[in-house]
Amino acid sequence: MPALSRLLVRTALVWLALGYAIGGLLLSQKGYPIANWLWSLRYTHVHILLVGWTVQLATGVAFWILPRLDASGSRGDERPVRWYYGALNAGVALAALHDPLAAIAPAGQPWLRAMLVLAGLLYLAAALLFVRHAWPRIVAFRALPRPGGG
Amino acid sequence: MYLQSRYFIRTALIWLLAAGMVGAALLVNQGLALGGWVGVLQPTFYHLLMVGWVTQLICGVALWMFPVLSREQPRGPAWMGWATYAGLNLGLLLRVLAEPLHTLAPAPWTGALLVISAALQVGAIWIFVLAIWPRVKAPRGAAERA
Repeated sequence: MPALSRLLVRTALVWLALGYAIGGLLLSQKGYPIANWLWSLRYTHVHILLVGWTVQLATGVAFWILPRLDASGSRGDERPVRWYYGALNAGVALAALHDPLAAIAPAGQPWLRAMLVLAGLLYLAAALLFVRHAWPRIVAFRALPRPGGG
Repeated sequence: MYLQSRYFIRTALIWLLAAGMVGAALLVNQGLALGGWVGVLQPTFYHLLMVGWVTQLICGVALWMFPVLSREQPRGPAWMGWATYAGLNLGLLLRVLAEPLHTLAPAPWTGALLVISAALQVGAIWIFVLAIWPRVKAPRGAAERA
């Protein structure tokens, strides 16, 4: 598994452990209400598990197993995937923090709205960056010319 | 495919069927208004799909296909996979049974079942993360080849 895939998969696993912990708190709150503010974590749970875990794991594995570009095993330019990693995780963090912060901050704060807008733009950038990387690797099986083999 | 993964993936397929049935009931209820009680199954539907199907399928495939840990223990300690399987499925089953009951007629025992369900699922996933973490690695011999 290449280094970038390891980074994506391990970060996805951290989000998984955190997302289930929050889900466990929410389900326990449903059974035995202990603190109403816990309900503000509902969309935090959704963003962490849908995007931080599921999407990130799928892309981490895709970067690892999609067909290589040449016989030397190149996966192409890795920079878009590095930027994707940053954008996706920053987006998840912002989206996850929004509702709990909104629950304790005075209503109508412009920075709260800005958090959501920024999270949305980061999700969009992440999607574009990953598609840019993966698109040329979606190819049929073919014989690759050996490097230097003419 | 080795035994543990077959259990994970076949059980995931059963949860997928269950999710399909509950999802169908929810849609039919929206169209034909069968009864308000059907609507309480909405969170059950989401979790059947995302925990029972998606997460369990990922766990089964990851335990099967991620790089092996060592020659002696290719997939790490087997008990960790089984504990994940048991906790995730027992926890989800408890949720599927107790959550609609608790929504319709809350009682201390249905509330307790939800707390137990939560503990089982969280414990299962933490054990899975600990089991799979050391298998997220470069293939054997990659350092020498580089």
